[in-house]
Order: sequence, then C-alpha cells, then structure tokens
Amino acid sequence: MELISHAPTGPIEQSWEKHKFELKLINPANKRKYNLIVVGSGLAGGAAAASLGELGYNVQCFCYQDSPRRAHSIAAQGGINAAKNYHNDGDSVYRLFYDTVKGGDFRAREANVYRLAQVSVNIIDQCVAQGVPFAREYGGLLDNRSFGGAQVSRTFYARGQTGQQLLLGAYQALERQIGLGAVKMYPRMEMLDLIVVDGQARGIVTRSLYDGKVEIHLADAVILATGGYGNVFYLSTNAKGCNATAIWRAYKRGALFANPCFTQIHPTCIPVAGEYQSKLTLMSESLRNDGRIWVPKQPGDKRSPASIPESDRDYYLERRYPSFGNLVPRDIASRAAKAECDSGHGVGPSGLGVYLDFSDCIKRLGKHTIAERYGNLFEMYERITGENPYEVPMRIYPATHYTMGGLWVDYNLMSTIPGLFVLGEANFSDHGANRLGASALMQGLADGYFIIPYTIGDYLANAKPAKVSADSPAAKDAIANVTNITKKLLNASGSRTVDSFHRELGKIVWEYCGMARNEAGLKKAMTQIVALREEYWKHVRVLGANEEFNQSLEKAGRVADFLELAELMCMDALDRNESCGGHFREEFQTPEGEARRDDDHYSYVAAWEYQGEGRAPSLSKEPLAFNYVHPSQRSYK
Amino acid sequence: MKLILHVWRQKNAQDKGRMVRYEHPDVNEHMSFLEMLDVLNENLIAKGEDPIAFDHDCREGICGMCGFMINGKAHGGFKGTTVCQLHMRHFKDGEELYLEPWRAKAFPVVKDLAVNRVSFDRVIAAGGFISAPTGSAPDGNAIPVAKQDAELAMDAAACIGCGACVAACPNAAAALFVGAKISHLGHLPQGQVERERRALAMIRQMNVEGFANCTNIGECEAACPKQIKIEVIAFSNHDYIKASFLERPESEIAGVG
Repeated sequence: MELISHAPTGPIEQSWEKHKFELKLINPANKRKYNLIVVGSGLAGGAAAASLGELGYNVQCFCYQDSPRRAHSIAAQGGINAAKNYHNDGDSVYRLFYDTVKGGDFRAREANVYRLAQVSVNIIDQCVAQGVPFAREYGGLLDNRSFGGAQVSRTFYARGQTGQQLLLGAYQALERQIGLGAVKMYPRMEMLDLIVVDGQARGIVTRSLYDGKVEIHLADAVILATGGYGNVFYLSTNAKGCNATAIWRAYKRGALFANPCFTQIHPTCIPVAGEYQSKLTLMSESLRNDGRIWVPKQPGDKRSPASIPESDRDYYLERRYPSFGNLVPRDIASRAAKAECDSGHGVGPSGLGVYLDFSDCIKRLGKHTIAERYGNLFEMYERITGENPYEVPMRIYPATHYTMGGLWVDYNLMSTIPGLFVLGEANFSDHGANRLGASALMQGLADGYFIIPYTIGDYLANAKPAKVSADSPAAKDAIANVTNITKKLLNASGSRTVDSFHRELGKIVWEYCGMARNEAGLKKAMTQIVALREEYWKHVRVLGANEEFNQSLEKAGRVADFLELAELMCMDALDRNESCGGHFREEFQTPEGEARRDDDHYSYVAAWEYQGEGRAPSLSKEPLAFNYVHPSQRSYK
Repeated sequence: MKLILHVWRQKNAQDKGRMVRYEHPDVNEHMSFLEMLDVLNENLIAKGEDPIAFDHDCREGICGMCGFMINGKAHGGFKGTTVCQLHMRHFKDGEELYLEPWRAKAFPVVKDLAVNRVSFDRVIAAGGFISAPTGSAPDGNAIPVAKQDAELAMDAAACIGCGACVAACPNAAAALFVGAKISHLGHLPQGQVERERRALAMIRQMNVEGFANCTNIGECEAACPKQIKIEVIAFSNHDYIKASFLERPESEIAGVG
C-alpha cells in the first residue's frame, strides 16, 4: 500500500499555518448534524471529546474505567514540555523540534514533530486557563524544571502529579460538555470492533462491562485514543486495564500498524519482587539528578551495600559515559543496567537490580534538601519495598513504560481507513524510536486540543458520509465477530487462568523482544508465541457468563489480542536490521556496544497490513526525509 | 503467612449479598493487598469458583479506581495509602480480615467489592470546572498566581475521587470531595468568575445524588488517602452560603432579554 503522509511541503515553520488554512471548514450550524465517536478519555481522548463538543459536534465518548477521570495519563509524574522560553535560556520551537527528532533517533516525521513543538505553547496556556495548578515562583509566574535529553528548562509541572492535574483539566472540560449535553459519556464500555462501511470507519461495537450487553454505535467518524500496548509484556508501568484491543481490532479491519517494535523501557523502576507481582512502579527519572547508580565489582557479591567499600563498587554509568554520567537517556541507561545484571553484578534477591544511591548527596546537601526534592518518591518506595532509601540505596531495574509504535496516521492523524483517526500513544507519530521525558503529555494534548478539531472538519466536508444503518452487513458482521470471540473464550473450558497465559507471554516478549533483541531469539519467540496462542484457545478457563460483570472475560479478550500483537512486534523487530532508540539489535552495535543505525536502508516507517488469519501481514514503507535535522550518531560519552 | 478473609459477595445490584469466609494460605509479606486478592482469585478459578470482583487500575495510588473497607476502615486505614499501595507486611500471620464495598446510597454495588461512582462525575459536570473553551486562553503568564494560592489549590486538587471520604462518613456525605474541587478552583484567579455559581451547582447536585449533609465528624479527613484537609469543607461552606445570599433568578439580572 502506498502511504501518503499529506505532510505539507515548503518551509516547515509555516507548514501547519498553511495547512490549517487549506483545510475545509464545516459551518457552525451544520456541525451538530455530525456524530463523532471518541474511544478513550485520557489526555488525547478527553481533550478531543471536550474540544469537539465545544465546537458543536455530537460526541459519544467511551472508556473502560468507571469514570473518564481514571485514564492512565493520570499516572504521569514528571511534567510537560513546552517551548515557552520563559527562562530566557535559549529555548525555541525549533530547539524543541530538534531535541525531539534527535531524541527519537531520527525515526519520526519532521513535519509532525515541528507542529507538536509549535502547539506546545498553546497547551500550557489552555491548561492554565482551566485551572491546572502548575508550580509557581514567588512572583506568581510559572516555574520550570529540566529533564533528560534537553539543555534548557522547559518542563512545566504540578508537584510529582503533572499527569493527574492535566488529565483533571481535560476531564473537567469534558464533564462540562457532558453537562451541556454536547457529549454523551459511556463509562465501563469497551470497544470490541470497528464498523467499516464502503471503506469508511462508521462506528464501533461495544460491550458493556456492567452487564455484557453488546451494542452498535454509528457515527460519521471514529477517533481512537486508547493508549499504548505496553501490557503485552504483562509487567509494565501501565495500569492493569491498559490494552491494545481497540487498535488491534482496527488493525484487523484494515488500519496499518506502524513500528510495533519501538517500545520504551524505563531505567528506574522498582524491581520485581515475586511471581505474584502484578505491575511495576516507576521511580521518576528526576532521581538520577542526585542519585548515583552502582553495582558491586565482584559478580555475586552478597554483602549488604553498606559493607561494600568504595573500592569494590562500580559506578558503571559514570565510568562508561563520563560526560553524561547518570543522566544518559533512558534507552542507554536501561541497556547498561541489563548488561551489568547479565554479567552477574546485579543485586537484590533476584539479582535483577542495581543500586541507586543517595548517600553522597545526602552528605553534601543534607537530608532536608533531598526530602524536599524527592520526599514523596522516597515514601512511595518505602511503602512498596519496606526499605528506607535515606538509609539504604534504592534497588532499581528497567521496566516497560511506553510504546512509540501504534496505528499509522498521516499528518491529519487519520489512519489508512478513511474516517478513523488515532490520537496520543495509540498512534505512532511523533516520537520515532525513543520518546524523551515529558513529551507524552505534550503529544496527547496537542492531538486532542489543537489538531483533531481542525483536521476532522476537513475529512467530514470532503467525505460527506452517507447515511448508514445498524442493519448494514458491516455492522452485523462486526456484532457477529464480537459475539463469536466471547463464545469461544467462555466455551474453551480449559484449566489455565487468563493471567497465567498473560504472564507467560510477557516473559517471552521481555526475554526476546525487550531491551536487547537478536535474530535467533526473535525467531524462537515467534514460535513460542504461536504455540502459546494455540494453547490459549484450547486451555484457557474463563468462568461465568457474558451477561454479567465479568472481569475474567474482559481480561481474556485483551490477552487474546496481545497474543497476536506480540508476534507482529517480533516480526517487525526481526525485519529492522539496525539498532535505533529503544530497538537494540545485538548484531548491530558499535565496538563500544552502542546502537548502530542504518540510515541507508532503514530510514522509514514500517507499517504492517493485516492479511487474514494464518497469513503473514504485508509490509509497506513510508520513507522519512530529514531536511532540517541532519541525522547523526547519538553520543553521550 | 496465612489469612482468614471474610469477603462481601454480591452478584449484582439486585442481589442481597452476604459475607463469605475464605482461608488464604498463600500470602507473602511483599505482596500488595490487591496482589494478595489476585492470588486468592487464581486459586478460586482453579477450583471453579467465581473470583472476587474488585475495582483497580493504575495500582500506583493515583487513578482512584480501587478502594474497599478492610475491617471497617476505608483503604484499610493506613495513613495516606490507597489499598493498591498497601502491603501485606502490615498484617499478622493468621489475622482475620473483613472486606466490604463502599457503603453509600449514591454508590450502588456493581458486584462484590466494586461500586458505581458515576454520581461523582455528575457533581463535577454540574459545575466542577472553569469554562475555558479550547483556543480561548490568554498566555500562561498573563495572570500571575501567588505561590501560596497555587500550593493551596494543588493541595485540594490532589483528590483522586476514590470515594473513601463518603464511605468513611457516618452520613455518607460527599463534602470532602465537593469541597476539594471548590477549594482547588476557588484558590485560583481563573476560578473566581464562576465561584458562586460553582458552589451552588455542585452542592445542589450533591444533594440530588443522595449524599447526605456534613456534620463535622472528620472521618473523611482521616480516611483520605491523599490527606485532603477538612478545611476545604469550610471553604466550600463559605462559598455556598455567600452564593445563596447573592443568588438572583437569571430573569432578574439586568441585561437579560
């Protein structure tokens, strides 16, 4: 399939302005004649539903949680980037654009990233107006902090709860529209299929999580803002309910899936404690400003950290990357921790952990200053591990955090199915092969507040969607598909729980398609995944019925999709014979063990098209051109 | 370690519900409370018994989805801790625990320990916002906000909407939840224009939903996992009383018509 990005040509500084002017408009009186579906209520979905409601469209918004305020955007800690240059330190739209393209290891579309940097300033204004309580200085103006991958202070924050406050801002704007009748909200309602009529996305099939009722919802366009697929690893920093079902079922209806192998492993998470572990907790990247990372020099050294003298410690990041030290980007820090543990230097009961030690900075700055900076994180660490980080070093290990891959979208955020738009983490667009800290919130809100309200009008004006009925064959087919999947899951009557399959899948993906990948491992993983999937449909045990609140059944459908997506991830990783950002192929590294990109052969977006069950998906490529930021080898030595 | 659990089982909103006793021998002190229930559920499924339904999502104490009573205390009664962040090392081997859902008229039971909190959303929809349509905002630094006001707003904005305050209150009042939002927005200059309207609309909706009135008992503050202070209730009472005196029917306001 030919992938047309619709990215404007000409000077990049003017491309969004020019494009906006060229987009067709819908007269205010006519907007109410259009029905739009938004699936997901996080930063992207909540902002989109609220903004489209304000414009006058009829909006239906769906989320699987009991309230739109629960979406996992809420858990983001650090902050949100914006090129405001309030600190007079040389920031600009161009610099934010440059940092993001470079941070993504030159695998993102330049025009999209430039637009993201441009609208970043409007996001801050919008959020302040809504009452988001950003941190302030004594003069009453907005405060900033610095974050990884940038040399300017451009990160706006609200204590360690920036995601929560931004989401509540979008949620309140959404609730206002619900109160005014512009948006109808459907909580505890899961999208299980996409309805495509005459090649256009025209609705969704949902299952009510209250009582299992399966329903058709029709619309003139469908917007997916359903987040990433990090839970394919079972253990991740995502919420338990985060899933890929909406985007995966859209993929099976013809939307292309781009760069599935681009996943981000965050270096500082609390290590796994046992087999029963259900999720991983992130410790903010900001801790690396003051903490020092080390392991014992001697493999298998079981002494307590306090009794290991300086001379027996290896501060490996400071040793390997003297100029960036403990502040190297996420992908590099994660791989280095893995290498130490693989060679037997890991600490803690499982040997999968490294120390993050604050004793030096406590000596230097005093306990009080450290408590002021990180008090809430230290408390959270102690609550989970029972250890006091003021006295013993934290133990940390990398964990899956974010997925850069997602459904392919053009510059208008439309997928390869006309009328199906994809926003936020669910699309592949802006972060290339590695996302910088404090950029996920920015992208979600940019898509929802400032891009989709413009581009969707152009689609509706051009496509003029015809009337569609719930009796159309496409709608009936989608309903039959959903009912069939549910029946199969309930009738499998095996002996293994859904979680046990999910855990096993996670181990395979983590082992062979996690921080480091190689050809043999990926092939092995694909064989194991196929076998596990077959066993799943034979031996999974889902109790109860469809017509009730049935949490096992909800999970079972999501895990069925992860079992398919995992294979595509490995296939994509196998196909990309280079290392870039979060995708590290062991065969392609520099003599010093750093990622080696291959721009001559792999400077493209890999977009996969579903070809039917049991058939290999086909690959289409969108070539990437870099007219502004010249690709270079990232070096942090 | 081993625990005896008495868990409220209720098939759906219509069912009467009852306590059921479970012996749970596979508890480890490093598990979170919800992981302990995960393991119990795995065991139940293996025996062909219906697993216990409970709400949860982020398991980091921020989404507000989890929450139930442990021995009569919301989230277990540990300071500043949601049940997803509560670990088993706080319990003793052989201990007996009683798990029940939030009990309030405005939070009907969905199943077992899961309740419906859509009433909270309707209270926010009634007025818990600042009307600032997308695109209409002035520059972020155009309106300075005193640091202290921003901090007080943030203290109140930390509410996660879990409902523990309602569950802990003998009256099942939502005063802490409503007060937190009124206090958050009322401490900011952007929130002044709609301040009176907001207090009236939210508190009226709170009454419509079946939440009872506050009688200054203070259980809400003690139970709040985000340690929201009861002073937010004083703040919202102030706004509500002031707004009640100032209120005029829209038709009497000059300029209408």
